[in-house]
Amino acid sequence: MKVAVTVNGTKQEHEVEPRTLLVHYLREVVGLTGTNIGCDTSSCGACTVLLDGQSVKSCTVLAVQADGAEITTIEGLASDGQLHPMQEAFRQHHGLQCGYCTPGMVMAAVSLLDENPAPTEAEVREGLEGNLCRCTGYHNIVKAVLAAAEGAAS
Amino acid sequence: MGTRVVRTEDPRFLTGGGTYVAGLRVPELEGALHATFVRATIAHARIASIDTSEAERAHGVVAVVTGADVDLEPAPPETPILNQQMLRPWLAVDTVRYVGEPVAVVLTDTAAQGADAAELVWPDYEPLPAVVDPEAALAGDTLLFPDVGTNVALELAFGRDEALFEGCEVVVSERLVNQRVAPCPLEVRATAAAWGDDGRLTIWTSTQNAQGARDAVVARLGLDEGQVRVVAPDVGGGFGAKIGIYTEEILLGWLAKRMGRPVRWVETRTESMLNMGHGRGQVQRVTIGGRRDGTVEAYRLEVLADAGAYPKLGAVLPYMTRLMTTGTYAIPRAECDTRSVVTNTTPTMAYRGAGRPEAAAAIERAMDLFAAEIGMDPAEVRRRNLVAPDAFPYTTPVGTTYDSGDYRTALDTALAAAGYDDLRAEQARRRQAGERVQLGIGVSTYVEVTAGPTPSGEDARVEVRPDGSAVVYTGTSPHGQGHHTAWAMIVADRLGIPLDRIEVIHGDTDLVPRGEGTMGSRSLQLGGVAVHEAAGKVVDRARELAAEVLEANPDDLVLDTDAGHWHVAGTPTATATWADVAAAAGEDGLAEDARFDAASPTFPFGAHVAVVAVDTETGKVTLERIVTVDDAGRILNPLLVEGQRHGGIAQGVAQALWEEVRYDGDGNPVTANLADYAFPSAAELPSFEVVPMETPTPVNPLGAKGIGESGTIGATPAVQSAVVDALAPFGVRHLDMPATPERVWRAIVRAGEPPTPASGPAAAGTGSAE
Repeated sequence: MKVAVTVNGTKQEHEVEPRTLLVHYLREVVGLTGTNIGCDTSSCGACTVLLDGQSVKSCTVLAVQADGAEITTIEGLASDGQLHPMQEAFRQHHGLQCGYCTPGMVMAAVSLLDENPAPTEAEVREGLEGNLCRCTGYHNIVKAVLAAAEGAAS
Repeated sequence: MGTRVVRTEDPRFLTGGGTYVAGLRVPELEGALHATFVRATIAHARIASIDTSEAERAHGVVAVVTGADVDLEPAPPETPILNQQMLRPWLAVDTVRYVGEPVAVVLTDTAAQGADAAELVWPDYEPLPAVVDPEAALAGDTLLFPDVGTNVALELAFGRDEALFEGCEVVVSERLVNQRVAPCPLEVRATAAAWGDDGRLTIWTSTQNAQGARDAVVARLGLDEGQVRVVAPDVGGGFGAKIGIYTEEILLGWLAKRMGRPVRWVETRTESMLNMGHGRGQVQRVTIGGRRDGTVEAYRLEVLADAGAYPKLGAVLPYMTRLMTTGTYAIPRAECDTRSVVTNTTPTMAYRGAGRPEAAAAIERAMDLFAAEIGMDPAEVRRRNLVAPDAFPYTTPVGTTYDSGDYRTALDTALAAAGYDDLRAEQARRRQAGERVQLGIGVSTYVEVTAGPTPSGEDARVEVRPDGSAVVYTGTSPHGQGHHTAWAMIVADRLGIPLDRIEVIHGDTDLVPRGEGTMGSRSLQLGGVAVHEAAGKVVDRARELAAEVLEANPDDLVLDTDAGHWHVAGTPTATATWADVAAAAGEDGLAEDARFDAASPTFPFGAHVAVVAVDTETGKVTLERIVTVDDAGRILNPLLVEGQRHGGIAQGVAQALWEEVRYDGDGNPVTANLADYAFPSAAELPSFEVVPMETPTPVNPLGAKGIGESGTIGATPAVQSAVVDALAPFGVRHLDMPATPERVWRAIVRAGEPPTPASGPAAAGTGSAE
């Protein structure tokens, strides 16, 4: 089947097997390997991307379902060599260690603040429930998201 | 040094994502076949036959390989002290011994074809009785290796003193289960193998130790060391489960040779849950005795460890448990015997802490049981028995010598930071009021061994390039620990070259032939020190070169590390840059190697206080606070240290409250994915209160100990203790982990009594629940 999407601002058009998952499409066909796969039950959120501005687990979407959509992956977040404020906050607050959950976690966090620009700590924790991290204990991730929210507000 | 420096590796991870094995796009792997393993669906069975014909006809299938095709010798356990007769085949041949064991491998053009075709391989199994429980395995009614005649893979017995508890006023004993858990790095196992035209095999693999992996590949495939290159690209977490290289991963090298094409493999999470080494898995018997004034006089720990179906590192870890038997306490008489047995389950490996959390959990539970028996506050009982600050170096009754420590300060600092007395007052209020949600307060103190158990070392090379930048080659292998930043900080401190001009190279055996990797919290105190020493040698050599450049006496040369250049004392305007100095080195270049061998391991320590709320109607436990004091000697970068502590705390809490790898009675795994396994999210955890403490070790010039595992060692017993503490008014004295709502609720129901105002934190109870 044919799928046409815009990924990080670039138009893409490919023939794919109908069963191709969006994450496999992004990694294997488009060649953007920043989005990782961490499980097979849609539990970990490592593959989170923005689909028309909303965070989705790209292992839970068929590539053909994304036809016509705009997709943003971790590779498309920084602009003009400047880290996105969420990327900068993750760096400043040591919100990443091995980096594997990071692309999905950052995209989920961007989406979270988009929906709720001034979350409480509890709201950040609830909002990131679908994204698993084994390294940080979430402490610095939560700190980074709260700092990004504060930075955006000021 | 000692300052909060944000990581130099982060921008790469944050913008493009890391390059993990699954995402590798290198020319050598072009046209690679995909390997998909067919795995046992039954825990213990004879294999009558394997029908591969249907799979061989499937779309995209190039070959289907079974154990009969593999002309490699089955391997004995890697560690020589393990029973060497318990051989592991490359692919199961006659018998499968755990669900998930590889029985065949399908090679296809694409990964999707492999997933389809693997379903078409039909092994015919004749079921055998499965032994899942280590105590049943010890009884030996069912043997995994009938020819061997026993399920015992390792026994460490040092003789039992029947008079150990003679003269004790109080003796308490309990059976404890330190449950099996899954390390669950976010990146599963992934490997690729390619043979070059030069007859060399390159293996890219997600490992904590590329050099160790290379050695295993060389040994198992019967190759020369120069024939094998192992590369660890970015590694998405390891936690001990990626210390070595797995059977399937070595087999890829053989498959690539046989197929004449590169082969790559990425497991699924479900495969990972059934095959990546599990951690913990000990059944323990603790016995503790002493006086009613709180003095502990004797302690016995008996360990039965679950090795899983093929003994690996997990079967050896009781040795580490034994080393730390008495924890932070000066107990005059103590002994520990251990046995490791095979069962029809996933083989066990190291998991963050690796044998030490099991020791800490045992002694801390024992201290609580003792405190409850004599009716004394558990923090006070601990304080009375801690090894005194002036007793170091201190040798325990099992022969372990601790380098340095101040356990009392750690405990008092943690209690003060937590507001212990106020917490006890709030607990008393809730008990008095008979509130539905009760408070539990748990205290642990711990000491662990890092860069052990025996003295070890690490290699480093520091090179200054002609452009004045530097490159560090290290035998450590970071997978989240931040060595790119930390090692650069060490070099920057000594050389004055800015951080962003220092590159760190690791995990490629062609570039770094010698190294022991990152595990056991060893990296800074060995690898970091080696970098420190190599940088020192570069300074010494550069002094001679700078003297040539500036035409001065080397003794008059000054290295200005703020400015990053050399000058002659008294004439700061005449300078030689690092580029000048490197150029003066000529063709040889300016590079120095160093190896640091530590005279002994180090012993980090600390104290944790956990506060839990327990809903006495539903059994739900909520961790409200965790306060930790973790002393790992001198700190290089507090940001990294805190990150290590946070991660370990979360994993430690998770073992106490949620996580357990479970099997049914037939050995069928019931926690085989991240939907069924209770991996915590941010929503289940609070922020952590980490309090700094630094007691330098004399063992190395940086004064550093290891911090990587403090969290899983200290937090688990503190949280478990807090849950039991909340249940004390119900007469509960012990509850095994994880403290699931069901288990807590059952303990309350079994007790059958509501809390009474008279019950204190150390209220006398009647034995254990569950």
